[in-house]
Amino acid sequence: MSQSASVQRRAPRAPAAPTPLWVRVLAGVAAALVLLPLLGVVLRVEWNGFLERVTSEQAVTAMGLSLRTAAIATVLCLALGAPLGIVLHRMRWKGRSVARALVLAPLVLPPVVGGLALLYAFGRRGLIGGPLDSAGLTIAFSTVAVVLAQTFVAMPFTVLAVESALAARGERLEVIAGTLGAKASTTLWRVTLPSLKTALATGAVLAFARSLGEFGATLTFAGSLQGVTRTAPLEIYLAREGDPQTAVALGLVLLVIAVTVVVVAFRPLGRPR
Amino acid sequence: MLAAALAAAVSLTACAPDAQPHSRTATAAGDVTLTVFAAASLKDAFTELGATFEATHPGVDVRFSFAGSADLAAQITEGAPADVFASANERQMDAVGEAVREPQLLASNTLTIAVPSDNPAGVGGLMDLENAAVRLVICAPEVPCGAATAALADAQGVTFHPVSEESNVTDVLGKVASGEADAGIVYVTDIARATDVDGVAIEGAESAVNRYPIGALATSEHAELADAFVALVLADAGQAVLASYGFGAP
Repeated sequence: MSQSASVQRRAPRAPAAPTPLWVRVLAGVAAALVLLPLLGVVLRVEWNGFLERVTSEQAVTAMGLSLRTAAIATVLCLALGAPLGIVLHRMRWKGRSVARALVLAPLVLPPVVGGLALLYAFGRRGLIGGPLDSAGLTIAFSTVAVVLAQTFVAMPFTVLAVESALAARGERLEVIAGTLGAKASTTLWRVTLPSLKTALATGAVLAFARSLGEFGATLTFAGSLQGVTRTAPLEIYLAREGDPQTAVALGLVLLVIAVTVVVVAFRPLGRPR
Repeated sequence: MLAAALAAAVSLTACAPDAQPHSRTATAAGDVTLTVFAAASLKDAFTELGATFEATHPGVDVRFSFAGSADLAAQITEGAPADVFASANERQMDAVGEAVREPQLLASNTLTIAVPSDNPAGVGGLMDLENAAVRLVICAPEVPCGAATAALADAQGVTFHPVSEESNVTDVLGKVASGEADAGIVYVTDIARATDVDGVAIEGAESAVNRYPIGALATSEHAELADAFVALVLADAGQAVLASYGFGAP
């Protein structure tokens, strides 16, 4: 692996493909659409007292909770979403496209509806939550509920990344490994997963970023209590009521964290290959 | 020809459900749109008052934007074209400052306990909420209903152990209605509009009262109409409508 990476690094950059002017114009519009609001946030920040605002006990607690829960949710998204992506890709029945659409539903579901759906499944009177509650296990209003909400909304990213990577490269190698006598598990660990590294990294980064920004489902399903369920987005929402400047300052911190994570995680993927 | 096209364009905009509320909708027919920003808890009462206003002012269309008072205050500060602003507390009215001319109090609201209709925890009064086994949801102290809840707890000498502090009263109500919480503290007016939720009166609720101010915006292009709407809300007829939805006198 390290050998191939160093070979890549030494390889000369290929000349860029020509881009029509109109594509560049549209790209500029797209970039402006994303960057202008971000610029708006940066310009509105009152730097006087910024540090006090983002290091207040409430802010630090919320930010720490967000990072912890988003990290756990990302691990869950990988551990559960990758197998789901593989199974979806290998399914050989007509319902596959419906199954895929259902799995990706959290992407299009309004967050509040997602929160309600989680309530109906894992809430105190929900499908699974009811029996669990009788057994003394309550999910709602706990940090578990926050992780569950984040995993619910973020998992489609890992599923989609793995599934589309498999679809793009085909599975000839796995078939060959099978004919050579490799067990299914061995093939998965030694052939499939190493080839999916890029896809897994992409899926993980997207899942982490989505988990970090998760708001609606958490608010509806998990509630909002300092140190337990009040993540950074919920803290921002609440801070806006009394002190909009704290909300803007925390928003900027969250933005910087998210951008840093994406830049660092995508660095190995951005190289020409 | 141009006027007709303009009128068509304007009526199209007016039909679009997600159109930005705007007050410059003087069409060829002379119709005027009065935009009222009002706290979410005023929705039912103000919708009724809006119909009354339209009936007595032909050619005037009252359009409402109901949301959390802080949201509305922020939008007004950012230059949203509203003609009237009614806030659920005095703090958000103060937040918009000079943008509103001479705010006046229109109503008051007191707190009550909301429980799921089967009242699983058997909550009978404020003292029952001190029990940590009762899963209580309240508003966070940063928002109007939470500030009132904190004042009530102080006045009555009780200590709450909430499992969640929500950002608005609707979320408190939602968690009680779904049975996730055993009890919540909401406004008296919320019980009337909620399903699957019963109210349990709080003795001494009058020790924490929330007051609703209303005023016309300084930038309104329909100052007279805006003043007329405010006057309707403050008049006996308006006060009777507000009382029918559970609001107290200001």
